[in-house]
Amino acid sequence: MAMKTEPFVVNMGPQHPSTHGVFRMRLTLDGERIIDADMVMGYLHRSMEKLAEERTYTQNIPFTDRMDYVSAMTGNLAYVLAVEKLCGIEVPERAQWLRVIMSELQRFASHSMAVGVFANECGVWFTPLMHMFREREKILDLFEMACGARLTTNYMRIGGVSRDVPPEFMPAAYKLVKELPKRMGEYEALLLESEIIVARSRGIGVLLPERAIACSVSGPMLRASGVAWDIRKADPYAAYDKVDFDIAVGTNGDVYDRFLVRIAEMRQSIRILEQALEMMPSGPVHARIPTATVQPGGAPSAPLALRPPVGEAYGRVETPRGELGFYIISDGGPAPFRFHIRSPSFINLTPLPELVRGITVPDAIVILGSIDVVLGEVDR
Amino acid sequence: MPILAHWWDLRNLGNAASALLDRIEAWGAPAWIPYVVAGVIGIVGCLTFLLLSQLSFIWIERRLVARMQNRIGPNRVGPQGLLQPIADTLKLFLKEAITKRSADRTLFWLVPIVILSPGLVAFAVIPFGDGMVLAKLNVGVLFLIAVASLNTLIVFMAGWSSNNKYALLGAMRTVAMLISYELVQVLALLSAVLFVSSMNVSDVVGWQSHFHTWLLFLLPLAAVAYIFAGAVEINRTPVDIAEAESEIVAGYHIEYSGIKFGFLYTAEYFAGFAVAAVMASLFLGGWTAWGLEEWVPGWLIFVTKVYMVFFIYIWSRGTLPRLRIDQLMAFAWKFLLPLSLLNVLLVGGEVLVWQEGGYEAEVVLPIFAVVNWAVAGALVIVWGSVLGHLRPERRPRRALLTKEVGVIVYGQPEPGV
Repeated sequence: MAMKTEPFVVNMGPQHPSTHGVFRMRLTLDGERIIDADMVMGYLHRSMEKLAEERTYTQNIPFTDRMDYVSAMTGNLAYVLAVEKLCGIEVPERAQWLRVIMSELQRFASHSMAVGVFANECGVWFTPLMHMFREREKILDLFEMACGARLTTNYMRIGGVSRDVPPEFMPAAYKLVKELPKRMGEYEALLLESEIIVARSRGIGVLLPERAIACSVSGPMLRASGVAWDIRKADPYAAYDKVDFDIAVGTNGDVYDRFLVRIAEMRQSIRILEQALEMMPSGPVHARIPTATVQPGGAPSAPLALRPPVGEAYGRVETPRGELGFYIISDGGPAPFRFHIRSPSFINLTPLPELVRGITVPDAIVILGSIDVVLGEVDR
Repeated sequence: MPILAHWWDLRNLGNAASALLDRIEAWGAPAWIPYVVAGVIGIVGCLTFLLLSQLSFIWIERRLVARMQNRIGPNRVGPQGLLQPIADTLKLFLKEAITKRSADRTLFWLVPIVILSPGLVAFAVIPFGDGMVLAKLNVGVLFLIAVASLNTLIVFMAGWSSNNKYALLGAMRTVAMLISYELVQVLALLSAVLFVSSMNVSDVVGWQSHFHTWLLFLLPLAAVAYIFAGAVEINRTPVDIAEAESEIVAGYHIEYSGIKFGFLYTAEYFAGFAVAAVMASLFLGGWTAWGLEEWVPGWLIFVTKVYMVFFIYIWSRGTLPRLRIDQLMAFAWKFLLPLSLLNVLLVGGEVLVWQEGGYEAEVVLPIFAVVNWAVAGALVIVWGSVLGHLRPERRPRRALLTKEVGVIVYGQPEPGV
């Protein structure tokens, strides 16, 4: 007698421990095998693009913290780069290097969280995550020293950074950078060489380079597919053209490669930090910006607001998740006319349905973990 | 005052109990009364041990895992957080135990009650010390296996009656995996039984005490297979697939709340202690330890061994990732099962040689130990490479590093570690 079976639908999320917040996958399952997957997002939508059109350019900086809240520094940086490009502002040397230091500290913190969460999704019961939080805490302490905030830093400013680092920052940063390679060795031994992690992640969720490029995927996910593309090298910003580092690439495009690339990038971040701490010059950390330009017919309510000339600019940085870009159109007023965000988390989700189709639920969770999305940035 | 001097010595508990029964019989009570009294004494004893162990292990496990995770763990309720388990229990009692409207009410309520039984009744045949056993069952090992397989049914009851998709997924996984690993478990225990040629757990312990050895040294493969199958049975990492938190949230007990969840949680510990107790009795010498039982009460040795085995499970929970269900099944059917079968064959041959040849145990047992360890190592390596576990694509490696922007290196040979 033939057994009658039928597929059933499982809502994975928005309340699920492995959906990185409020992501929702509507899975159609045949047993444990996924026949179809719908992605549902928007649970965290805060209408940032529209909100930004009502606020001055400086007031928009805190919004960029709250998009990718795991990597606030790089979010700030991408936005201020776009505005600086729009106004043609030259940023002082010291501020450039501070931006590099903060970005790389943030990258290390964000990747350590990504790797820890990925291990969690492979089924380790929080141990690597808690160990990685130890290093992340120290980095957040450094951020607190520099700008008073730990998570939503709001540190970058148009024309520089909000303030210079205090004198105790440099010794603490040196100490941390000396300590990190030892910790990296521990993580590599615990996770990267773990038989079960290899078995769980090799050959799973393979994304071919052509498909990755076609989906406009960026960041570690693109590099894991074997495409050596990094905004820090391809379109250097801040002081990245003055430091020596390598692009980490994978050769198989599977989950394990994404994980490897992140681990290797953490090593490269340490390398960049070592150089940046050595080469940091002294001087001002903020350029003079033409805030008081009152244009004819300008809104009197914001007389000191920055009014960029009419035009458009696209500023992009390599965040831990990929290429974060801000496309800003100015009509000469105190607020942007159009404020568009190209968020890597959102675009990296594009190939997810095709990656999870035909595999089992545990693999789908691991693949989602390897993409490393932040829902604040997906939904904005 | 000899009694006070030995207040900790429970060795005489069995004797005291039988003296009490004799007294009852001498009073002329009908025959069923001493029978029932004996049962009640034994059950109360086992339950006391299990509940006390569970209460202490809630705290021990949380503190140990916290240590492994670079945290502090519970330290607020009572000194060093020692009263945390009591606070947890109170909280579970006070919480509402929700029953879904769409759940199958009878089955749903039955599960928390019956799920305690397999772990509990397993202790009926396990000797805590010399004579400290509730039932000297001559098919004790068979009884243990039968009781352990009850779990499958109860977990599936929980998953089915919850009327929840995650619970059903968890229950399906549990059934598939427990059935596969029962075979491995049976074969592992079978080789121990073959060596001792008795199914009575007390006899197995007595055999190990008599020959001054542990079956762990004689049967390494069976011991490892049993400890892994035990991990499957009690849902511990690396095989906590039935309740995989990151995938199907909590599996079969997702819909249980309040004290009903408390019972399921307790049952997990009971089953864990049962597995550890079987391991300790059959492979680690039970309540004996090379004459140490002359100086230290046997139950203390036994309980220490049980806790040490349980620690392995806590340790793996704090360290290891989870396998996928198909990998776990492949491990059972392709790896552990053939190896266990070969192991049983080998052990059978050894027992035959020993009995037919009439050799001295002092001569034969060390040789068997060496042979079995060598064979176990060789089998694991050879069979592992046959299955392709040593192939380069199963090895860890590192990412490539490049300075060129825009090149595509997909498919290039990869650097190893």
